[in-house]
Amino acid sequence: MRSEALYNFAFFDEGSKREVRRAILKAVAIPGYQVPFASREMPIARGWGTGGLQLTLSLVGKDDVLKVIDQGADESVNAVSIKRLVKGTTGIRTTEDARAATIVQSRHRIPEFPLEKGQILVLQVPMPEPLRFVEPSEYATKRLHAEKEYSGAYLALFEEIMKFGRVATGADHPVLVNDRYVMAPSPIPRFDNPKLNGSRALILLGAGREKKIYAVPPFTKVVSLDFEDHPFEAESVAGRKCRFCGAEGVFMDELLDEASGLAAHQCNDTSYCSARRAT
Amino acid sequence: MGYVAVRGGTEAIEASIERLKYERLRKGRTVDAKAIESGMRALVDQVMSEASLYDEALAALSIKQAEGSPEEAVFLMRAFRSTLPRSHYSLAVDSRHMRVERRISASFKDIPGGQVLGAACDYTHRLIDSGLLGETDEGAARWVAEYLERPVEGAEAGSSIREQEGAIDYVRSLGLLKARPLDEAEPRDVTKRAIEFPTIRSERLQILARGQTGAVTALGYAALRGYGATLHPTVGELRVGRVAVLVPNPLASAGAPGQAEGEAYYVGQIKITAVETLVPVSVPRGMGKTGIEFEIGFGLSFGQNETKAIAMSLLDQCLESGDKGSAVRDEEFVLLHVDSVEATGFISHLKLPHYVTFQSKLDSVRKARRPE
Repeated sequence: MRSEALYNFAFFDEGSKREVRRAILKAVAIPGYQVPFASREMPIARGWGTGGLQLTLSLVGKDDVLKVIDQGADESVNAVSIKRLVKGTTGIRTTEDARAATIVQSRHRIPEFPLEKGQILVLQVPMPEPLRFVEPSEYATKRLHAEKEYSGAYLALFEEIMKFGRVATGADHPVLVNDRYVMAPSPIPRFDNPKLNGSRALILLGAGREKKIYAVPPFTKVVSLDFEDHPFEAESVAGRKCRFCGAEGVFMDELLDEASGLAAHQCNDTSYCSARRAT
Repeated sequence: MGYVAVRGGTEAIEASIERLKYERLRKGRTVDAKAIESGMRALVDQVMSEASLYDEALAALSIKQAEGSPEEAVFLMRAFRSTLPRSHYSLAVDSRHMRVERRISASFKDIPGGQVLGAACDYTHRLIDSGLLGETDEGAARWVAEYLERPVEGAEAGSSIREQEGAIDYVRSLGLLKARPLDEAEPRDVTKRAIEFPTIRSERLQILARGQTGAVTALGYAALRGYGATLHPTVGELRVGRVAVLVPNPLASAGAPGQAEGEAYYVGQIKITAVETLVPVSVPRGMGKTGIEFEIGFGLSFGQNETKAIAMSLLDQCLESGDKGSAVRDEEFVLLHVDSVEATGFISHLKLPHYVTFQSKLDSVRKARRPE
């Protein structure tokens, strides 16, 4: 970066980093609870991962190794942009290998390789409030959380069953964390929801525009909301095979094969796919 | 084959950034940041106001880099601002202690101190002046020299710094203002702590003051058209001018409230627009009768941003009333949607790839369609 000298290590001044870290500690202490923080304006746009970026920049030290993915891909333009910014302001090493990273910042995916103890997964969050579409007022939703009043969240799922015959959520299917807080897992596919449960890595979620930080500490119970007679269902990956590495049972991108005119599939997690092909 | 959609992001980004530079330079003329600072006063003021960072040179450079886009220039300024440690808070600025350049009242013809029109577009005809095409720096310098030579009739209007009794003080002396206790609470800094609802007035005023000019204007306009104000408000006083910024002596006993100004350092002056709007409100008088009193809405902006400051004063009054009857009186609706960086950021994020989320929704749609 040209203007490196104008800015501190990891962009922020040390006071700002400490403030974010304090919010992180509170979030870890109260799993699933949205901690308000004084979200700074970042050199990338609000809604483009500023919450995740602030977490990463406040945590990163000189020995860290960073991986950034956007919707599963390391080379997606926004992942590259975020990586360039962190690298440019810190000079730390980056990697595409989820197993080699100490911090993985991700938009809307949890890597296929299971994350381990000592690693931190930072998820970017557009809408941190799982009850927002039930109740537009922040003042009101804060109260609902305080009173553990989640009938609205269940009612929303019930309405889908009435309308479509099944729960028709896409990504960002709400979860109950540590039997206490209903939490938006960020728009990860339902396929990734079970990976939150009992995760060995610390999972931090940051919403920059909405100014909230929350966390799923290691080994925390995370349950996707559902009903006994309508159990939670992930996206179906049955019968799909990656056209490059032959993987099955992972989340796939669906593409139109121009030659045959048929739908083709490939691993959404690009570094997982290349690691499999390399071996 | 299909992998090109995902691979090669680094090269693609670099090419895009180069192309952006090409678009800025391709017509073969560059704009000097100094020229922007001297010739685009309105844009510089707007950018400083929305960025909530008072630095004319930096605003001019941001405008140059952003090719004149206010949202981009504000973005650059804000991102820079957030890296600056907040070492000091200034003493409260009383906008009546102002080196007035412009001061008008729509409520009283003859306000104490007189009306000072100053510089404003209000009295021009909006006819495009082709004469400006041939303007030269030499010609401009000559005109300015001549202008400054001209004798000023009457008093030294526009350079008075003594405290002026404002139009508002007059209305207050008549007993027509709704009584309000003086609020001396320390303001909360919205950039250091996320706001929580209900907010306090200092938080509301900060967010409105740094709001996007267009957004604040639109919501203020809605309030005026009937979504908020019940009766027609009047500009009690609009002032544009320079105020001194003082920082308390950091070595004096920490946190001593109410330090005398003598113990503070002068760190510079800033140009601001300050507006007090008189809003008539009905008050029950008992026995089924209703009377009318005035409430004050306050608007303040860095630089000369008169429309925004007036709109802000209308919204201030709407939010103070606390009645959620309409959108512009709902603080969550107003305060969460007027910030330029937040609004433009989230809208532009729709351009990011949504392959995973869309795939997930596709799965739901297919399952819902499939017969049980």
